[in-house]
Amino acid sequence: MSIVIENLSFTYGKKSPFEKKALSDVSFTVNDGEFVGIVGSTGSGKSTLIQHLNGLIKLTSGKITVDGIDLSARKPDLQKLRKKIGMLFQYPEYQLFAETVLADVKFGPKNFGAKDEEAEKMAEEAIKMVGLDFEEIKDRSPIDISGGQKRRVAVAGVLAYKPDILILDEPTAGLDPTGKRDMLDLISSLRSSGAVKTVIMVSHNMDEIAEYADRVIALSNGRLVSDSSTEEFFYDSDVESLNLALPHAVYITKKLAEKGIDLSAKPLSLSEFNEALRRKLSLGEGGAL
Amino acid sequence: MTKDIVFGQYYPASSFIHKLDPRLKLFAVLVFIVSVFLCDIFYAYAACYAFLLIVILVSRVPILSVLKTIKAVLFIVFLTAVLNIFFYKEGNVFWEWEFLRITDEGLLYAAKMALRIIFLVVSTSMLTFTSTPMALTDGMESIMKPLKIIRFPVHDVAVIMSTALRFIPTLLEEVNKIVMAQKARGAHFDNGGLVKRAKALLPVLIPLFVSTFRRADELALALDARCYNATPNRTKMKPLHFSWRDLVAFFCLAAFLTIIILLKLGFFGLV
Ligand SMILES: Nc1ncnc2c1ncn2[C@@H]1O[C@H](COP(=O)(O)OP(=O)(O)OP(=O)(O)O)[C@@H](O)[C@H]1O
Ligand SMILES: [Mg+2]
Repeated sequence: MSIVIENLSFTYGKKSPFEKKALSDVSFTVNDGEFVGIVGSTGSGKSTLIQHLNGLIKLTSGKITVDGIDLSARKPDLQKLRKKIGMLFQYPEYQLFAETVLADVKFGPKNFGAKDEEAEKMAEEAIKMVGLDFEEIKDRSPIDISGGQKRRVAVAGVLAYKPDILILDEPTAGLDPTGKRDMLDLISSLRSSGAVKTVIMVSHNMDEIAEYADRVIALSNGRLVSDSSTEEFFYDSDVESLNLALPHAVYITKKLAEKGIDLSAKPLSLSEFNEALRRKLSLGEGGAL
Repeated sequence: MTKDIVFGQYYPASSFIHKLDPRLKLFAVLVFIVSVFLCDIFYAYAACYAFLLIVILVSRVPILSVLKTIKAVLFIVFLTAVLNIFFYKEGNVFWEWEFLRITDEGLLYAAKMALRIIFLVVSTSMLTFTSTPMALTDGMESIMKPLKIIRFPVHDVAVIMSTALRFIPTLLEEVNKIVMAQKARGAHFDNGGLVKRAKALLPVLIPLFVSTFRRADELALALDARCYNATPNRTKMKPLHFSWRDLVAFFCLAAFLTIIILLKLGFFGLV
């Protein structure tokens, strides 16, 4: 189930006055079961990169293999590939179209060849998985439900055909803090329950990346500038030079270290930070700060 | 930024032609089209060809891009030529079968018709190659000004036109995104019969309509919030004005038209 990318380059509007090099010579591998975060400032090529992975952008230079499917082949089996990869775009709720929530979620499974009954079962499962009340919501119009619910329906629309790899382009953009937290918890629970194996998430929110990803890939101007474990990325590389902010936990830890207070830990989330601080102050588990 | 201008076929450059007033260019295209229809002898076509070639060279739009616009209408050109070749009745007959005949005059006539279409297409696309859509609407608004006398809402129409033009790239981008999202869910758009294909478009069209209405609402609110109203005496950010370039271009155009008219009248004794 691994994804291997070798020397991927891509230029928009080739040979036109608007030519724009979006990716140059990007190579990396995503192993089975990993949670990979992709970061980079606006226009660094993150979306272009992930759109290559399920053949939405035709490969023009380089090589991509997804679980043995070679995308540089003359006619790769795109349906097979797309069934393996669930891709959630930025603001996915704007792509809902059917008359009812159920019909919209069934769209994917039906396209991948499921019979109507089967598709309905898959849709029901997916709608429940994203934490919506199936009976209550299935016959409502996807245009009339709340924003948070729309986003969940969109996620269900992707989960319904049971992809192994989930690729998310800024899944929390435009959600309120609770919505963000719910979305991320949903993603991590999908992975721990085995509903999806591998997750690739693009995000501008470094706190999210730090807390959830195992590995971080950083792009800058279409080039891969860093590929390391999350801890290494935020603690040992120059994150600010990429026009990215440090996650809060890392920022405070580093500031404390500058003042001579060494936590002797590398927390990535605020709860890990709390834990480290407690230990430092010898308050023990659950002690008041 | 780039995405905002990738529309139509505007070719960014800063040539003499690009810098001309859009009103003059609109007028020039009109004059050229009239000239093409005035042409009857070979030399007149040669004059049109030369004029167009000079415009293309001066504008620095690559010849290849210009040829591509011809490719789009090649079928029509071909069809017109074929019909004219077979159904033209006058002249010396080369070949005849049933009601079809090929004559020398027919061949000549077909060639002329084909050339006319090509000239029309190339001249209008030179207009869009060298003027931004915004410049064109500004130009049209200015030309339509006299219509205000009959209470035609010139400014409103211009605002509607430029807003529509402004949103075409945005909508194209939107379509692209929706198509990608549905493809990712396994939708395919390019197989099956006509009905099946039309049906396959629904998952794209419905979200597109929804978002277009949303956008229009938001835009209207934003305009209202900033107290926009289409008052008749609004000033422009980039007012149009004639420069020496336009004067030069105008005289070139006048010279060209004179040559065409003189050729038409047989002034040079050429047939
Ligand atoms: N359809 C397109 N046509 C032309 N250029 C494009 C297109 N899509 C993206 N680009 C350009 O390619 C570059 C990379 O874009 P991309 O969308 O991959 O960036 P990104 O990292 O996803 O940015 P963001 O964080 O804003 O989503 C940008 O400079 C962008 O302007
Ligand atoms: Mg993006």
